[in-house]
Amino acid sequence: MQTERKIRVLIAKPGLDSHDRGAKVVARALRDAGMEVIYTGLRQTPELIAETALQEDVDVIGLSILSGAHKTLFPRIMNLLKKKGLTDVTVFAGGIIPEEDVAEMKKLGIKEVFGPGTTTELIIKYVCENVPKRT
Amino acid sequence: MTKVEELTQGVLSGDVRSIARAITIIENNAPEAKKLVSSIYPHTGKAHIIGFTGAGGAGKSTLIEKIVREYRRNGKTVGVVAVDPTSPFTGGAFLGDRIRMQELSTDPGVFIRSMASRNYPGGIARATKDAVKVLDAAGKDIVIVETVGAGQSEVEIIKVAQTVVVIHAPGLGDEIQAIKAGIMEIADIFVVNKADRENASKTAMDIQAILQLNNKETAWKPPVLKTAALTGEGVPQLIEKIEEHRLLLEKGLKHKRSREKAEAELIEAIKEKVVSSVLEDLRKEGKFEQLVGKIVEREIDPATAAEKLLKKALKDAEA
Ligand code: B12
Ligand SMILES: Nc1nc2c(ncn2[C@@H]2O[C@H](COP(=O)(O)OP(=O)(O)OP(=O)(O)O)[C@@H](O)[C@H]2O)c(=O)[nH]1
Ligand SMILES: [Mg+2]
Repeated sequence: MQTERKIRVLIAKPGLDSHDRGAKVVARALRDAGMEVIYTGLRQTPELIAETALQEDVDVIGLSILSGAHKTLFPRIMNLLKKKGLTDVTVFAGGIIPEEDVAEMKKLGIKEVFGPGTTTELIIKYVCENVPKRT
Repeated sequence: MTKVEELTQGVLSGDVRSIARAITIIENNAPEAKKLVSSIYPHTGKAHIIGFTGAGGAGKSTLIEKIVREYRRNGKTVGVVAVDPTSPFTGGAFLGDRIRMQELSTDPGVFIRSMASRNYPGGIARATKDAVKVLDAAGKDIVIVETVGAGQSEVEIIKVAQTVVVIHAPGLGDEIQAIKAGIMEIADIFVVNKADRENASKTAMDIQAILQLNNKETAWKPPVLKTAALTGEGVPQLIEKIEEHRLLLEKGLKHKRSREKAEAELIEAIKEKVVSSVLEDLRKEGKFEQLVGKIVEREIDPATAAEKLLKKALKDAEA
């Protein structure tokens, strides 16, 4: 039997808004690209997101947020991930995140931010090229 | 310490990261996987393993969430492995069972893992039974497995679980037929979920009627229970029945089931080993392609070809 590695992705929606179309579009696209996508539904607290990433041992976390609360929620999520030792997970995000906030998000360790209109092809390509190498 | 020793220690101490990594290694069949399972194996056999199967949308995940809560109230720790189907076309999977159990995630007494079937037949994944072993070794009192939920042929669960709960719900179409077909024999407990719906009592009566056709004398007669997973109604009664079944297993049946499980696992392991080693040799020598050609040309039939090869392989193994 051969080794069979699959890319595992968590698509999470932090915060209280119920804009879930984008998250679902991204989840479906990554699934169709052959990845295993864990979707956990709306209104995820930073604690839930970090703990889920830990238990599911995902390679990639995609955060989808359209409520404007990224400035308060993303730092908390990144802190918790660090605390749990999940420093080798690639985190990226999408939704409504104003241009002027992107640099700040990247400083937190969010690797990339994708806004409205991004094609799913681009997102798939990004994930494939940024999966962390693990043993 | 080697990586396997380190992981084993982590798992045994209940460290969440180690449990998660161990399951991934097993799932990917990484080079350390075999060693890891064998080093964990002596520490298994303590948890009670419960399987939940039944048609898609019957309410398995919702019910499991409520059951886990009840177990937690009783002071038990719980592990859950929730399997969803892999697309045979893309190899990808959407793992959504967790949505219904998500609030349990931050409870340190609960570990939930989503797993794609990766085209393994029978409603679970190849790695499911070893993932269960990891959770067992990690000290979880109860380990719950949710199957893919396609209905009919999901009988693999019997090789993993000690108590199998088959869930049904009214309004899912004429699935009593399906229940009759295969899943009937594997059920230790029947649940008609969505008892808040009109036809639940009728569905329960239909199942009872089928069960009565089977008048074999058995130590355990599968009960038919009703639950409403959204409100939690009927959940304590379900847990009571699961506990009754567990006690019966303890008294004697357990030995028989353990032997059956061990036997099935051994056969499976032999198959895997034989197939992979025979095929490997064949491919190396170019024989495989050669034989495939002969079969296509009708010079030899597949069964005879296989027999010839196996004879040779066994001789080689002896030498
Ligand atoms: C549809 C919509 C709704 C629907 C949502 C339905 C649903 N189930 O999703 C409804 C009508 C319910 C709704 C309600 C509200 N909405 Co609204 N809504 C929109 C709208 C028009 C489109 C969003 C959408 O679905 N787009 C389609 C999807 C596919 O695109 P997307 O989400 O952007 O995702 C893409 C990318 O962003 C990226 N992406 C997204 N997530 C992720 C994740 C990862 C990991 C990656 C890599 C990429 C990625 O990839 C996707 C594909 O390109 C936007 C305006 C807009 N043009 O964006 C406003 C908008 C998001 N809504 C807004 C607001 C304010 C609201 C309301 C508060 C009330 C209101 N004033 O209308 C309520 C809140 C309801 C609630 N409880 O949360 C504001 C948010 C303002 C802000 N953040 O500063 C917006 C921006 C409108 C505006 N200009 O004011 N809304
Ligand atoms: N009315 C009613 N709806 C329920 C009940 N239990 C679950 N549901 C709903 O049934 C739907 C399916 O529930 P799930 O728990 O996802 O079912 P499942 O069997 O796990 O489904 P798969 O994992 O897709 O096979 C959801 O919309 C639930 O809210 C119940 O007791 N009554
Ligand atoms: Mg489910």
